[in-house]
Amino acid sequence: MPVLTALLAGLIFGAGIALSGMINPAKVLNFFDLAGDWDPSLAFVMAGALAVTFAGYRLVLKRLQPLLAPRFHLPTRRDLDPALIGGSALFGIGWGIAGFCPGGAIPALGLGQPDAAIFVAAMVAGIALTRWLRP
Amino acid sequence: MTAFTPLQSTLGGALIGLAAVLLMALIGRVAGMTGIVSGLLPGGEGQGAQGRGWRAAFLLGAAAAPALMLALGAPVPFDNPVPRPLLVLGGLLVGIGVTYGGGCTSGHGVCGNARLSPRSLVATLTFMLTAFATVYVIRHVIGGV
Repeated sequence: MPVLTALLAGLIFGAGIALSGMINPAKVLNFFDLAGDWDPSLAFVMAGALAVTFAGYRLVLKRLQPLLAPRFHLPTRRDLDPALIGGSALFGIGWGIAGFCPGGAIPALGLGQPDAAIFVAAMVAGIALTRWLRP
Repeated sequence: MTAFTPLQSTLGGALIGLAAVLLMALIGRVAGMTGIVSGLLPGGEGQGAQGRGWRAAFLLGAAAAPALMLALGAPVPFDNPVPRPLLVLGGLLVGIGVTYGGGCTSGHGVCGNARLSPRSLVATLTFMLTAFATVYVIRHVIGGV
């Protein structure tokens, strides 16, 4: 059951990424191009996603446990450390160079785009390298 | 130029939110692409059939949905203006960055901010700021793609 649930959630997520335009690097890069052909669409993606998640989480996290699992797995850290800020800064630079973020690139694989596969391979290498180098 | 699509983008965003709420309501997991991908790597927290199953299923679903949309005749615009060496560079930086930063647009930007997490708010402001700055530098200072 949890696997089917995750498959369904993944399908909805991927459809949302495709419909919203987050799957399209040209659109993502134009959102970041305030001084050029600015396409504000992605602000609407964030607004739609946040509105639903904020309201939905309020209802869901009131419960003692999820429907099909023993507990909620939630991050508990609240401190701001250099890794959080430096890592996020690097992520934004990479996002601005390539136009893909992880949530946009995985669905783009389904379009059969070789460029998405090249990005994902490099991204996974970056994740693996960092995990390996980090204590 | 890409077309301004406020309606599709809002609806698409709402679907992303629905996926996040479902994943939390049913199996108690954050719909963060970084955590899901890295949990599947060797040494990741998703070891054993139970840790791997839901993660692999989520990724499969996320990639299958756009393929299904194409198969059903729905348009899924895709255009990548970035040359491949820069895709590799960008991919490496994204991989390193999200690992140190503990999340990306889905994990911090959607799920974390929806829980009003201070770490997610700071992460989101930081990566949005550097993405805007990077595109400005590439397109208007260097004059690249």
